[in-house]
Amino acid sequence: MDLKFSDKDIAFRREVEDFLVSKYPADIKEKQDKKITLTKEESIRWQKILSEKGWFAVNWPSEYTGYEELSVTQKYILQNVLAEHNTPVLLPFGVGMCGPVIYTFGTDEQKKKHLPGILNSDIWWCQGYSEPGSGSDLASLKTKAQKINDKYVVNGTKTWTTLAQHADWIFCLVRTETTDIKQEGISFLLIDMNSKGIDVQPIITIDGSHEVNTVFFDNVEVPCKNLIGEEGQGWNIAKFLLAHERSGIAGISSLKRELARLKEISSEINLGDKTLLDDQSFRKKIEETEIELTATEFTELRTLAAMSNGGNPGAESSILKIKGTELQQSISELFVEMLGYYAHPFFDENQIGTNQTIGPDYAAPVMPHYLNYRKVSIYGGSNEIQRNVISKAILGL
Amino acid sequence: MDFNFNEEQTLIQNQVEQFIQKDYEWEERQKLLDTELGYSLDNWKTFADLGWLGLSISEENGGFGGGPIDTMIIMEQFGKGLVLEPFLESIIMSGKILDLYAEDDQKKLLEELIEGKLQLALAFTEPQSRFNLSDVTTTAKKEGENYLLNGYKSVVMNGPSANQIILSARTAGDQFDQEGITLFLIEREIDGLSKRDYKTVDGRRASEVTLENVRVSSKDIIGKEGKGFSILDESIENSILAISAEAVGAMEVLYKTTVEYTKTREQFGTPIGKFQVLQHRMVDMFMEYEQCKSLLFMATMKKNEKANDSKKAISGLKYQVGKAARFIGQESIQLHGGMGVTDELNVGHYFKRLTTISTIFGNTDFHLKRYTNL
Repeated sequence: MDLKFSDKDIAFRREVEDFLVSKYPADIKEKQDKKITLTKEESIRWQKILSEKGWFAVNWPSEYTGYEELSVTQKYILQNVLAEHNTPVLLPFGVGMCGPVIYTFGTDEQKKKHLPGILNSDIWWCQGYSEPGSGSDLASLKTKAQKINDKYVVNGTKTWTTLAQHADWIFCLVRTETTDIKQEGISFLLIDMNSKGIDVQPIITIDGSHEVNTVFFDNVEVPCKNLIGEEGQGWNIAKFLLAHERSGIAGISSLKRELARLKEISSEINLGDKTLLDDQSFRKKIEETEIELTATEFTELRTLAAMSNGGNPGAESSILKIKGTELQQSISELFVEMLGYYAHPFFDENQIGTNQTIGPDYAAPVMPHYLNYRKVSIYGGSNEIQRNVISKAILGL
Repeated sequence: MDFNFNEEQTLIQNQVEQFIQKDYEWEERQKLLDTELGYSLDNWKTFADLGWLGLSISEENGGFGGGPIDTMIIMEQFGKGLVLEPFLESIIMSGKILDLYAEDDQKKLLEELIEGKLQLALAFTEPQSRFNLSDVTTTAKKEGENYLLNGYKSVVMNGPSANQIILSARTAGDQFDQEGITLFLIEREIDGLSKRDYKTVDGRRASEVTLENVRVSSKDIIGKEGKGFSILDESIENSILAISAEAVGAMEVLYKTTVEYTKTREQFGTPIGKFQVLQHRMVDMFMEYEQCKSLLFMATMKKNEKANDSKKAISGLKYQVGKAARFIGQESIQLHGGMGVTDELNVGHYFKRLTTISTIFGNTDFHLKRYTNL
């Protein structure tokens, strides 16, 4: 056991830093620092820059990426340096989710068709899992795919579909058969969002943003070759994918940056006899959060190390999902608390980062962020469901 | 000991409750959010016609002479309806100051206020002041019979609508001194005053107010020069009681809405309210609400006791309100799942108001500390 970085690791860190100095576009950096939502083009542009360097699909086997695989330590360093510089968070749906499903369960033809588009970010993917009646109980999903000759005809509704308004393709869990055990009739289907019969409707959330959608399928025809794996294998694929989705969901590196920012700003807020950071009750909360964050970081590192030795991210990733999201929420809440009354002025997404806002420069995104982050303990399998997973799979209860 | 409302109070409660249930429709409220004003003048007129605006104003000034219990009754119902009209800002925060301390011409405003023709705002916070009422850097420099005001007031609630603003300025002393703070009543249109109006996250309205060589006279002072702090402090004490009552009303709606939702939302072939882990959380929400209500009654009834006892009770209340508002608000969203974070559902809107209430007039840390020091 050793916490020290090798000379090679230190050199790698420098390489990442140098790369950012020369390749991180100034316009994207400015928007990120001002917490302005990126456009589709900007998100894609950044992902392409990483991809060219071989630092995009870092969790994929090299046979699919064509670039050298990084060690666990290098991935850790890369993730940290990117977060320290506040670079855009990568959209997980293609590279983190659909890609691994396709290279694990797909045919050669499917790999050849879909993996390049994910790797170079030309194809924007979204995830069709939840339905209005199927949230935590995902296996009760009702969207039907009926096989007629060489096509599936899909009917049903998917909801909470993140950024579906930008998506070219959607990967869906659909019901191909009605079975006694509901998990057995589910299949994993890739659907072109340009297909006839798809309608995307926005859902506006309490922070005023349009991030999620409801996607309606009305007799949408999907070629049978878009089925991943066997019919009825969808639930197993979903379980594989949920574990992938949860690992890395903790977003530790970004949280470290945000906590550092919180400390820095609160150390400049003068309460007369002391700064806010030196205020005993505020400081206690910051420090409790910091300890929890450090613990979660090392829990994640232990999980990653186990994975690099051939293990799978299993139920342990549920710990990361719970702890990571709780930290995201508590840090976003501390920002609100730090601001006092200046957390209250409220502006549209398109006003944030302009001179139309009120209070200190950093104030305007704080409340929307807090409100938006109420979602993190709900999505990706609610934290209640994650606790069920741990209790069943780890504790054997 | 008696926890029952008297006949008159019961009458008021029924009247406000009926208005909220029958006339304050959710869809209409939501439409108000996007209007310039942010609330309805018709509703405000109704409040006047029903006597609510004058309820807490003394009889000698044309009101009904009601006390903190009457205000609590109104505000609790307003909390249930998530009422947008600036009753707290105009009547409780500002109107009560005029009622107690106005002289001569200032008194005439009370008539207009009770009739619903006047809006007021209390400008008591500055960018650096957080919850410290005596942290005042805005200056009022005496020049003969006049004063020259210079400074900046932040997040002035109901600022956009207010025809008159009561503001704290320093006529003597250092930044944090209680002595030397003077309250002035000034007109919105006065030379040298500029405002930036905006929405707040709870759907209400506020302003940033800049004062550049605003010339006022000694007649515009409320109370005595340099003695504004205690007036301000008294107003905030009353306002904490009022906003806590509003919070209790909002919490009741949230916990009940959540319980009802979990009875109807089915997952895994059963209503999710059947899951024990959720049941216990809803029991905790219910208990937090009840604890708030208990402290609300206690602090309201203690309002006229010794200042220190009353203040301690009020800080205890505001601490509990902040804690419960956070817990009930966050859990309501969590238990509603994805639906809880949608703009469409009422839950998020109650959550947002409870979030601002936790901060307004001091957050849990501030009041716990004040409680300890009293």
